[in-house]
Amino acid sequence: MSTERAVATPKAKLPSWFSWVRTHRPSTETLITFTTLLIIIVVWNEIARREIVSKIFIPAPMDVLRAVWETSTEGYHGRSIWVHNLDSLERVLIGWVAACILTIPLGFAMGLSSKINAIFDYLIEFYRPLPPLAYYTLLVLWFGIGELSKVLLLFLAAIPPITIGCSQAVKNLSLAVIQAARSLGASSRQIFFKIILPGTMPEIITSIRISLGFTYTVLVAAEIVAATKGIGWLVWDASKFLRSDLIFTGIIIMGLTGVALDAIIRMIARYLLRWKYM
Amino acid sequence: MPEIPSIKNSTGEMWMNNVYKSFGPKKVLDGITFTIPSGSFTCLCGPSGCGKTTIMNILAGYLKPDSGECVFDGNMVEGPSTDRLVVFQETTLFQWMTLWNNTLFGPKMQGKDRRATAEKARELINLSGLTGFESKYPRQLSGGMQRRAELIRVLINEPKILLLDEPFRGLDAMTRGIMQEHFIKIFEETGTTMLLITSELEEAIFLGDTVYLLTAMPARIKKEIAINLPRPRTFEHQTTQQFAHLLKEAYEVMEEEALKIF
Repeated sequence: MSTERAVATPKAKLPSWFSWVRTHRPSTETLITFTTLLIIIVVWNEIARREIVSKIFIPAPMDVLRAVWETSTEGYHGRSIWVHNLDSLERVLIGWVAACILTIPLGFAMGLSSKINAIFDYLIEFYRPLPPLAYYTLLVLWFGIGELSKVLLLFLAAIPPITIGCSQAVKNLSLAVIQAARSLGASSRQIFFKIILPGTMPEIITSIRISLGFTYTVLVAAEIVAATKGIGWLVWDASKFLRSDLIFTGIIIMGLTGVALDAIIRMIARYLLRWKYM
Repeated sequence: MPEIPSIKNSTGEMWMNNVYKSFGPKKVLDGITFTIPSGSFTCLCGPSGCGKTTIMNILAGYLKPDSGECVFDGNMVEGPSTDRLVVFQETTLFQWMTLWNNTLFGPKMQGKDRRATAEKARELINLSGLTGFESKYPRQLSGGMQRRAELIRVLINEPKILLLDEPFRGLDAMTRGIMQEHFIKIFEETGTTMLLITSELEEAIFLGDTVYLLTAMPARIKKEIAINLPRPRTFEHQTTQQFAHLLKEAYEVMEEEALKIF
């Protein structure tokens, strides 16, 4: 009896790059995102090219690119736009880092002690919903128009998300987890460093992320009032001369910087919280 | 199979005498008196919300009774101790530590010799069938594995008494059965005194030497039932006439209490 079987004819060999493309194909969502971006740029370009809206209001994408080139090489008011951006970043980071260092412990204290919470909670709840510009005028009045008042404004803006996030994080910690650690022989100090701190780390990171985002949005407000450098100031100053190409440039750089800052924090979070993402 | 260091000669007797406890106007414990003999498996069984966890918190030393005494090995309980360790109903594994570091947390905190405890940790992990999972984080383990890990983290400290607060809650029926047999094995091999708190009669009768039935809140001891099922105990014991008889006896007592909160 024949035991022959039909042997499948081997498929035509595909070029090697083909399988690479197949395995490295971007997801549908990524394609949608980039298509959307492309459509926006094309529409924007058309509006500018046909001058549907005056160029004073909407510059062409090429004009913006040219503005990026000019402000990078020749600078704006004697400083490259990237230096302006760094000046702004410096202000944001000083205010935000100071707020983190001072108010993460404060948030913990508020979460652990109802008495400490009673001192600070209502103060923070009172000024939190205020638009930062409202009290910025006071800060300028007290500390002048120099760096101090700007950094202070950013510092104050950075505080509420951190205290709220950290105190809530401590309250959310399961009592049983702390009791278990205590039974196993941990001292108060060990409980703080080995249980409370790592246990609240996810919420701490979320709260400082929100805080940095909010601080960054306050930046322009801080720089509009009598500054001579910074990306926020650049945008404001350019508007006085109807330089919409510069305004667009400044806004785009600001946006990208914000996205980059958040990406950096997310990367650090993934490392610190690897137990959560495993 | 490696054997756990025997601690049969340790004492671990515990009793409560006329313990009262209220939270504000709410009376929770209404004169609780019972004894956990050394080397026994004692169960407290009551309807849910009757104050069982409060009894546990007092035994563990997390709470002080309003009046009455709670005594362990002849001394009043003043606070938590590594002699009396709790396995909680919710998972209390430290999520940010690997299984290995969770296991060694107790010995590390107590400053015990690293080499000896590492050896013991390996034995316990092997006994619980968790070898190979040492570097996993808790959320990478199954529910049953997490329970076993929790038991290991407690056993490595050689507690004189283990306080089990509904440790099988939330496990599916099959895992629960296997886990109960695991606890019986640990009890029968180590001889550690155990107290189990549960709301399930079958569980209490299957595991315990003595079952105390509690009333609905405020909790009082309603009846003490001696479980004379033989040891070593296996899952087959649950199908015997004797088991059914004990269950019926306990059920009749508890039905009345359960109806109060129905």
